[in-house]
Amino acid sequence: MRTAIRTVQTALRALRRNIMRSALTCVGIVIGIAAVIAMMEIGNGVSTLNQRAIASLGANNLAIYPGQAASGGVSWGAGSVMTLTPQDCEAIARECPAVRAAAPEVRTGGQVIYQNKNWVPMTITGTTPDYLSVREWPMEEGACFTDQDVRNTGKVCIIGETIKRELFAGEDPIGKDLRLANVSLKVVGILSRKGASMFGSDQDDVIIVPWTTIKFRISGKYQAPSAGAGAGAASGNAINSLSNLYPNNQVALYPAQSAVQAADTPQPIRFANINSIMAAAASSHEIPLAMKQISALLRERHHLRDNEADDFQIRDMTELMNTLASTTQLIGNLLLIVATISLVVGGVGIMNIMLVSVTERTREIGLRMAVGAQSRDILRQFLVEAVVLCLAGGVIGIALGRGSSTLVRALLRWPTAVSVPAIVASVVVSASVGIVFGFYPAWKASRLDPIEALRYE
Amino acid sequence: MELIRLENITKTYHLGEVDVPVLKGVSMVINRGEMVALTGASGSGKSTLMNILGCLDRPSGGKYWLDGEEISRLSSNQRAMVRNKKIGFVFQSFNLLPRTSALDQVMMPLTYTAAHLPEKEARKRAVALLERVGLGDRAHHEPSQLSGGQQQRVAIARSLINNPPLLFADEPTGNLDSKTSKEILNMFQRLNEEEGITIILVTHDANVAAAAKRTIRISDGLIEAGAFGEGAADHADMPDAGGAGPGEAKPADAKPAEVGAS
Repeated sequence: MRTAIRTVQTALRALRRNIMRSALTCVGIVIGIAAVIAMMEIGNGVSTLNQRAIASLGANNLAIYPGQAASGGVSWGAGSVMTLTPQDCEAIARECPAVRAAAPEVRTGGQVIYQNKNWVPMTITGTTPDYLSVREWPMEEGACFTDQDVRNTGKVCIIGETIKRELFAGEDPIGKDLRLANVSLKVVGILSRKGASMFGSDQDDVIIVPWTTIKFRISGKYQAPSAGAGAGAASGNAINSLSNLYPNNQVALYPAQSAVQAADTPQPIRFANINSIMAAAASSHEIPLAMKQISALLRERHHLRDNEADDFQIRDMTELMNTLASTTQLIGNLLLIVATISLVVGGVGIMNIMLVSVTERTREIGLRMAVGAQSRDILRQFLVEAVVLCLAGGVIGIALGRGSSTLVRALLRWPTAVSVPAIVASVVVSASVGIVFGFYPAWKASRLDPIEALRYE
Repeated sequence: MELIRLENITKTYHLGEVDVPVLKGVSMVINRGEMVALTGASGSGKSTLMNILGCLDRPSGGKYWLDGEEISRLSSNQRAMVRNKKIGFVFQSFNLLPRTSALDQVMMPLTYTAAHLPEKEARKRAVALLERVGLGDRAHHEPSQLSGGQQQRVAIARSLINNPPLLFADEPTGNLDSKTSKEILNMFQRLNEEEGITIILVTHDANVAAAAKRTIRISDGLIEAGAFGEGAADHADMPDAGGAGPGEAKPADAKPAEVGAS
């Protein structure tokens, strides 16, 4: 230990004797490391921005659809059985750690009317307020409806830009009522512009409504009477006070059960079905994990045996994810190349100066050998000098790199972040550059013949 | 008690195809506490002998005992250890480290041995040595702030830091004026008398050689005179005590020279 301290002290003393040259030698490494750190941190910022942009396209989203039904070998297609319930969605949001948020989707279609204008939106989605968080879709104006509205089948909606343009030309839509399938919905918020989806459809041509409202007020009329009545009756228990709004729900299909009858033939509770669940993974890395967790959870909730197939499907945005991965990879590789080049250049600079230093200090080496330095002592001394030079360069470089990335954050508002791995790697790399490029000069010094070295002019 | 004993040391350099014999069989004895001058014209093999004596080089043949240890066959690292423990060097050109304080210069050899010596102890010892050579107030001066004589005194202090029994001075006054030379030689004499350090002065200057009690003169790779000290009779047991090596031509020469030197 004491030997190590003394060797470092000796190296520092030797470097201080030629402070200007040592400083200039460091510059190569300083620039290299500073470039690496700055690029890493700024690059991180850029890729965070990039990730955010791609994530807002829905790269982290998982869509969960009900499974398919088949009868007599004829498949009815995806979604032909209704196996997903709002409770599934809540369970996913609650119990899957890799899922950031989940929202149910209930879809319908139809004409919306405001005063003397009408329009048929591309999508009318019934969901919960979490939907906006899943889709990473901020509000432009107003606020989203609340969970309270969802529980109360509130007659509220939020609309996209296109609807605003088509129905409310020039007017402020907030607080106005539009009609959808003869149900009037109050506009409480306007979504910010999202533009076209990857496949060219207009995502702003949308009306978002509490899913209970769609289910029980709007598509309740829309659906075939038997299915609609069934769904309405099953879930109607929770919202009894409203059922008198819907004449068709008042038609009693079955005679009312007495309490004894009810106890004798307990009926399985049927949940309201939803068309699909949108879930957002906590990050793009956690998508596979989220899929696994969701799948396990739903199998358990749906009481599927091991040999039974899933009664649902989970889809992720593979294509978007690949894009995301490849851009991140690209930036990473670019940084690596830049870093390698600058470090090699810096390293050659170090080697050059160390060779000069060995020649210049031949007599010193001779003297040290004469007073008893063994060749490994000389080797160690010069190696330590090179490493100290590189490490000093590395530390200054880290400071410089951090400084410039802070500057970028302050001036350009890019979300640069401290990259601890980059800092650790810089220290390790600069030390190894010192060892690799310092070794040859140090070895040369250690091979000197003391007699000749002493006599060297 | 003998400190150095050479038996029939030879050294041959191989320059391409040609063998150049530089030392042709040197035998000599130097006792502890002696102050000896090693003289000879340039090209006589004086430097080669000094390198071998100083353990910087290895003889081609013969045996070399230093302080009771046979060291002619040691590896270069082992020789480095011997140099560190037993030998101090003072050079003609001082060989101080540039831009380094006198104190650090003196402590430098400790880097290679006394790793177990605490920093404080090392410093104390170095200061004591600087005081002994009369530079107690210059401990923090760099070589460029010191005169030639002072620089040489720093070098002497440095050579003594490991308490070596043997001190080599290679033309120690070659770069100094006559007054300073005298001071430095006095210092060597004092070290020799007061501390009992064995000193070998390598010089071609008769005045410098005169400061030593015995002069070993080398000529043409052989010892011409002074191979054995006053107690030469004690070394009659040496196989070739009479002759200076395979150049047996000179047994007669050697004897009288010895007498002359003492």
